[in-house]
Amino acid sequence: MDRFEWCDGSFQSSEKLLFKIQSGVKLYDGDNVTNFVNGGLTLTNYRILWQSEVSSREYISLQLQLVVFIEKESSGWGRSGKIVVHLIEPSSRKGQTNKGPVQHSPFSFVKFTFKNGGEIDFYTQLNSAIEKREWEQKLLLGKSERKLRTGIVGIERQIQEKQKETDKSISAAFKDLSKLMDMAKDMVSLSKTIAQKIQDQKGEISEDETIRFKSYLLSLGVSDPVTKDTHGTGDDYHKELAKELANLMEKPIEEAGGIMPLSDIYCRVNRARGLELLSPEDLVNACKVMEILKLPVKLHIFDSGVMVLKLSSQDDSILAQSASVLVEEKESLTSDELSRILGTSVVLAKERLLSAEKSGFICRDDSVEGLRFYKNRFLKEMS
Amino acid sequence: MRRRVGGVGAIQKQQLAQARFRNKGSEIAEDQLQQMTKQMEVFRTKLQEFASNHKNEIRKDPYFRCQFQEMCATVGVDPLASSKGFWAKMLGVGDFYYELGVQIIEVCIATSHQNGGIIGLDELREKVMKSRGSKKRQEDITQDDLLRAIDKLSVLGKGFRLIPAGNHYLVQSVPAELNMDHTTILQQAEGTGFISLMALRRTQKWGEERAQNALEDLVKEGMAWVDDQAKDEGERLYWFPGLLQDKLVSW
Repeated sequence: MDRFEWCDGSFQSSEKLLFKIQSGVKLYDGDNVTNFVNGGLTLTNYRILWQSEVSSREYISLQLQLVVFIEKESSGWGRSGKIVVHLIEPSSRKGQTNKGPVQHSPFSFVKFTFKNGGEIDFYTQLNSAIEKREWEQKLLLGKSERKLRTGIVGIERQIQEKQKETDKSISAAFKDLSKLMDMAKDMVSLSKTIAQKIQDQKGEISEDETIRFKSYLLSLGVSDPVTKDTHGTGDDYHKELAKELANLMEKPIEEAGGIMPLSDIYCRVNRARGLELLSPEDLVNACKVMEILKLPVKLHIFDSGVMVLKLSSQDDSILAQSASVLVEEKESLTSDELSRILGTSVVLAKERLLSAEKSGFICRDDSVEGLRFYKNRFLKEMS
Repeated sequence: MRRRVGGVGAIQKQQLAQARFRNKGSEIAEDQLQQMTKQMEVFRTKLQEFASNHKNEIRKDPYFRCQFQEMCATVGVDPLASSKGFWAKMLGVGDFYYELGVQIIEVCIATSHQNGGIIGLDELREKVMKSRGSKKRQEDITQDDLLRAIDKLSVLGKGFRLIPAGNHYLVQSVPAELNMDHTTILQQAEGTGFISLMALRRTQKWGEERAQNALEDLVKEGMAWVDDQAKDEGERLYWFPGLLQDKLVSW
């Protein structure tokens, strides 16, 4: 187990994917269980990579050149298949600590167990990879490359090589869909490095503010959108959708001051869902059940017909009360004065005053100067 | 012992060498940037092709879908790329108009800090086409397509609507309830008690439609009065009786 190293999961140049198991692979250090349970296993012509299912960034790798031989362990009834990998002592330690999760291990073998199957294919692929010994060619390649690294010409040549390689891997990845699926992770990181470098030198990836905004919205993706396929078409679907919406939009709505028009929601939600488009009708229906579900946001329809989602904490009666307190403090208020105090729009401020009036907290003075509200003395002082 | 580098000549020589290195360095960096921009373009076009050709396959695999979305986000590609197709054209069904709706609102939100949520249909069309990407698909967005897509959004309430203005249309994406322009106008008029369209546009750098719209809202709300007496010399004035209170006392 001490031969494993941490790594970032990206392939080296000329490294090829041979076989991949998505999940259910557990690692044993000798006969002992390790913390590396439930992962995916990737076999390349140089390495074995194990990747955690929980955090997709956690990778450890084992160089194939350290493998002596492998054997299958019988997988009796109810037990997962096992493969034992025997390893040589790493020759050159040079007193350094290795960059792996385990520093010292008494065992000279590790085991993989395969809860979801796949061990037979893995066994044959691994055996043939060990026989081919392709890593030896890589070592040779590495040496010849190193010679070029002298002077400015060397640097330039190196950059050119690298660019050519990137071009090649892009065109290979986008050959067809299955290729792209295999290489998706590499392409994600490649696109990120390119974008990052361009950003470092030039600023934004695009001058166009819509495209920048799009990038931002897309990056807030939902990993598991509620669809009609997963939740049927009826009530359940809208309820689940309502939860997803509330979950997704609570923060943006809060940042926007507690209220956001439904059109904005439609755009943001669909961007986050990516290709799983939501229709305006479904969105409205989902918003309608929010209040019943007691979610942190709910639908509000203004008299003008404008629909918004707002935070449930901003209840009408609470807002009316706070407006009447402000009126009392300032003696009298118009809607535009209140709007400036609260930092909301004039129309919204007027609505709050009107609802405070309806509750009897304040009363109006409607004159040519406009509509002004005072504390309702009739109610408080008369009784 | 090593001889120390001395004299003006040596220093100049050194500086020259350094300058050359710098030049070479920026040359390489420039070159690299160009290459990468090219690669980015290739990446974008390919990603766009995949989005339009393999939509359903991509949707099926949740793991891959996430990665696809991540790629689109980093390079700024629009994953929504349904083609109009026969049925969309004839009956307005299918994802095309829904997708267009998302793209339309996106443009409106992204530009609202400049235009206050009011945009002309032509400008909108231009920006939507740009944000959809590849030239090949741009040609098929017409004004009629935009109108249809916006019509489908009407279910979302009156917050997002078309305003007919003479022989063209305006699109309003920020409803009066959330419009802060009114507050801005009142603030500006505070000193004098009145304002004109031109004065407002000059100080706030607003487009004519935006300013006009906000002023008319205030008139409708009963907060502003129209004064055409000064029209001979200039233009219509908007008075705010609520702001005149203090002035009346001092008159």
